[in-house]
Amino acid sequence: MDILQILLTDTFWEAALRIATPLIFGVLGALVCERAGVLNLGIEGIFVAGAMAGWLAVWLGAGLWGGIVVAMLTGGFFGLIHAILTVPLGLSQHVSGLGVTMLATSASYFTYRTALPNVSSPPRIEPFRPLDIPLLSDIPFLGPVLFQQTAMTWLALFLVALVWWVFNRTPLGVALRAVGDNPDAVDAQGLSVYGLRISAVVAGSMLMALGGAFLTMSAFDAFFFGMVNGRGWISIALVIFASWRPGKALLGALLFGAFDAFQVRLQTEVGAFIPPQIFLMAPYVLSIIALVVVARRADYPRALLKPWFKGQR
Amino acid sequence: MIRIEPRSSVPPVLKYGVPVLSALIALALAAIPLLLAGADLVEAYGKMFTGVFGSMFSFTEMLTRATPLIFTGLAAALAFRAKLWNIGAEGQLYLGALAAAAIGTGLIDAPGFVLVPLILIAGAAAGAAGMAAPAYLKTRFGADEVVTTLLLNFIILIFLQMMLEGPLKDPMGMGWPQSAPILDQGMLPQLLPRMRVHWGLILALVAAVIAQIMLGRSVWGFRLRAVGENAAAALHAGIGVRRTIMSAAIVSGALAGLAGVSEVAGLKGYLTADLSPGFGYTGIVVAMLAGLSPLGVVAAALFIASVFVGADSMSRAIGVSSYLADLVVSMSLISVLIGGFIARYKIGFGTPAKGGA
Repeated sequence: MDILQILLTDTFWEAALRIATPLIFGVLGALVCERAGVLNLGIEGIFVAGAMAGWLAVWLGAGLWGGIVVAMLTGGFFGLIHAILTVPLGLSQHVSGLGVTMLATSASYFTYRTALPNVSSPPRIEPFRPLDIPLLSDIPFLGPVLFQQTAMTWLALFLVALVWWVFNRTPLGVALRAVGDNPDAVDAQGLSVYGLRISAVVAGSMLMALGGAFLTMSAFDAFFFGMVNGRGWISIALVIFASWRPGKALLGALLFGAFDAFQVRLQTEVGAFIPPQIFLMAPYVLSIIALVVVARRADYPRALLKPWFKGQR
Repeated sequence: MIRIEPRSSVPPVLKYGVPVLSALIALALAAIPLLLAGADLVEAYGKMFTGVFGSMFSFTEMLTRATPLIFTGLAAALAFRAKLWNIGAEGQLYLGALAAAAIGTGLIDAPGFVLVPLILIAGAAAGAAGMAAPAYLKTRFGADEVVTTLLLNFIILIFLQMMLEGPLKDPMGMGWPQSAPILDQGMLPQLLPRMRVHWGLILALVAAVIAQIMLGRSVWGFRLRAVGENAAAALHAGIGVRRTIMSAAIVSGALAGLAGVSEVAGLKGYLTADLSPGFGYTGIVVAMLAGLSPLGVVAAALFIASVFVGADSMSRAIGVSSYLADLVVSMSLISVLIGGFIARYKIGFGTPAKGGA
């Protein structure tokens, strides 16, 4: 098969959107936190916690949407820890975030091992199914690409629009952007800098947890150790690439998904000549290149990483 | 109204008391997951204690586990002092291990007094290169080193798997992705008969002492601290900020590389892709518990190693998952962060004496 012909198949774009989905959640979550001035390196662990907690809830009989709620609450809990450490206490966002990643990851692994001590193969749940909407799914090309996705992919796309709307069309969005650029001005308006930042970190962490939940409840049907595999860190790189804009975040995640889907297919074409690891490395290398390219002109939220204390100028 | 005021200086009682207390609080908090797992607390803590201090062998096992943690803890502490966020010690450790395996498994057949230093130098150089690259991307292009070092960890691990299935694969390894054994004369000798603790521990301790002296007493250490405390002021004072960051990166990476060398050529004897259970990441916790002080790193590494070895032993005895150790480690990081905040600020009640601070 011609390599370029791959790009024209509907299965390729269907896979690209599927691979992009957890990253869409992750980039949106990181965006919400960082726009409010807080870097959340807890993301990798929150992905793990969302994946584990959501899956476990479904396995215990909470139903798929119950699992979504549990995943979000778990993500919000770890986000709240990061928010308390970095916002009112003003501790290093780097170190606190890494601490939250370690805590969320080890808590998830410990809980999984404790809940299921003696399983040789991971138990499976009935995951989200492709929506397969009648008529719409039969449209050539667009049908399979868009309407063979699960409800979670649609949720991700809806959240892109919602986050865009909140940041660009609501007073809350104006306040959130201001708190990441100039918290003194927000304080002068009589709004709570702490309240806004904490809410943003908790909300952003809930979005990150959905990225993890997608892995165990839609992409696969079980929880594996190490299954998040750097998707959180890639999201942190992508949010810089996306200049903290929801639309560009969607584009970045889709480009990433397309590249990943392409390399998998390329591997089957030329896999005999190139070691498979070269392809496995590609997403991480691509993230670094994207970061280096945009780094100089990246328009960081001006108060990102800067703690703010009430009554101190 | 809660009143929070920064202290002008942190009293010594708090400086040393806070990390110790944080570590103990984290150990005490382990009671929650232990109870949730249905364990008997007295038995569980007892097994953890005897798992480390119960025999000479278990104690030396703890020292063996502390060895790589001292190296990665120093790597994090020195970099963090310069506000260079090296989160890539895990990858740099593997680069050091790769270099050790590349030249120690037969490429160079030299007597031990030549081969051992060669392996150490190669491992340190490989680790240094692994951190020099992201530091260059930071100083030259402004690419955030947190993200690049984190991503490099994944790239290096995949590269390692490629090497272990390719050029470094042991032809006698029954198809397992592992390297051939390090030549006998290339191994770091054991310290005690029938115990696994090896000369890597001595090297780690020497590295900690040198780091302590260099950081506190040398011009290089002064520059490094100045850049970390206030890069703009350091630049104004005529300190080459980029050069200082690059040198901190090289030293930090080299130390992490030595952790890999010590594991391959001191403990395991051959290289596999699961050489490190996250020593690079745990090194960050060690460094933070140590208050970024090189000698403190030794103490913190001994504590964290005790937690790991004790929890392993407890897990084997009463069946509670050994991920408990990772939980304690992450909780001690968070409690030392909070403790550091309490030490730096006076917290009182009432309205401030003067407006603002």
